[in-house]
Amino acid sequence: MTRPRLATCSLTGCFGCHMSLLDIDERLLDLADLVELDRSPFDDKKRFDRPVDIGFIEGGCSNTHNVHVLRQFRTHCRTLVSVGACALYGGVPAMRNVVTLRACLEEAYQNGPTVTCGGHIPDDPELPLLLDRVYPAHDIVRIDHFLPGCPPSADAIWETLRALLTGQAPDLPYPLLKYE
Amino acid sequence: MPLGTLQFTIDGITVQTQEGQSLIAACDAAGLYIPRLCYHPDLRPAGNCRVCTCRIDGHQAAACVTPVRDGMVVENDTPQLNADRLALIEMMFVEGNHPCPYCVASGDCELQALGYRLGMTAPVYPFFWPRHEIDASHPDIFLDRERCIACSRCIEASRMPDGKSVFSYEGRGIAMHLHVDGWGGLGATQMAAIDKAAHVCPVACIVIRRDGYRIPNGQRRFDKTPIGTDIEARRKAPPS
Repeated sequence: MTRPRLATCSLTGCFGCHMSLLDIDERLLDLADLVELDRSPFDDKKRFDRPVDIGFIEGGCSNTHNVHVLRQFRTHCRTLVSVGACALYGGVPAMRNVVTLRACLEEAYQNGPTVTCGGHIPDDPELPLLLDRVYPAHDIVRIDHFLPGCPPSADAIWETLRALLTGQAPDLPYPLLKYE
Repeated sequence: MPLGTLQFTIDGITVQTQEGQSLIAACDAAGLYIPRLCYHPDLRPAGNCRVCTCRIDGHQAAACVTPVRDGMVVENDTPQLNADRLALIEMMFVEGNHPCPYCVASGDCELQALGYRLGMTAPVYPFFWPRHEIDASHPDIFLDRERCIACSRCIEASRMPDGKSVFSYEGRGIAMHLHVDGWGGLGATQMAAIDKAAHVCPVACIVIRRDGYRIPNGQRRFDKTPIGTDIEARRKAPPS
């Protein structure tokens, strides 16, 4: 019997949720027995070439590339889990949502106190276009489960994975349900 | 039963109380928790948030502004009522800016604690991302209106226990926001950090400066036990 496949990605996030996944310590050995890692920064696999059972989404969508990756995950993953504050509502990157994108870029590259010699806003065609706001993953695609936290604790991630792999809906006990 | 005593049932549990009590106060005294957000036991109830809405004799009503009546039948902890409460909490999360990971009140916030208790994983309504000016004009108190959930606790507290009327609402509907009675912001008012109004905010809209991280994250009010546990601890064990 083939093992369920797990894919992960970090969109506009800090990789903290991935670090927290690694923080399950020796249970990583159990996880390696339980799932087969597919597209993920852990194994550096860049493309989907087969269906995947569980997709872990870290980070919100701040640019067109994020949206593209997220849609690919939705297309190829049977169950999609939004992991962490950034995927759930934008997190720290969403601090820019209360100002306009132009004001944000001008502050960062032209008018900010640390800009010394009149910089210009990056516009290389290779760069993905920024969206007007940072969007939560569920604003772009359908999300099946949400795992809050910044990052979610290793125990919360393990509990969620355990539930999904045994065909249950994740239902975190009080000490593991954290928004911070 | 002594004169003035009356009896009602909530979720099938019989409660005896005195005439003139509100439903929420009677249940608090009996150790039965009704989820609430704008209600504060020291202040006049306002009935703003509707989180404490119960089904009373077949009709929905806010428990904080409903006086007890003899023989009333109340439903409180039902899947439908809790789902309605969760929807209200989610709406409050998206209507303001409530970033728990970097909020000073995290672990001590009643909005967050209700999310935990009612099992909210993420608000799924579209976020509003409102922009409000921060009022940092007061040397001891910080006012962050993006966190305000319009509970009116500070307005009531400033009026009655404090006798200062520092706060009021300005605007209507979705544009309604907390107004400070002073041209120069909070620093130009009589507000002091020891005022009742500075200590009743359920979220991190009114924050006492240099005090926020005195109690570290992980050791705060709702980090270990759900909101309402203190009230439920008052309940006497039912006779066996």
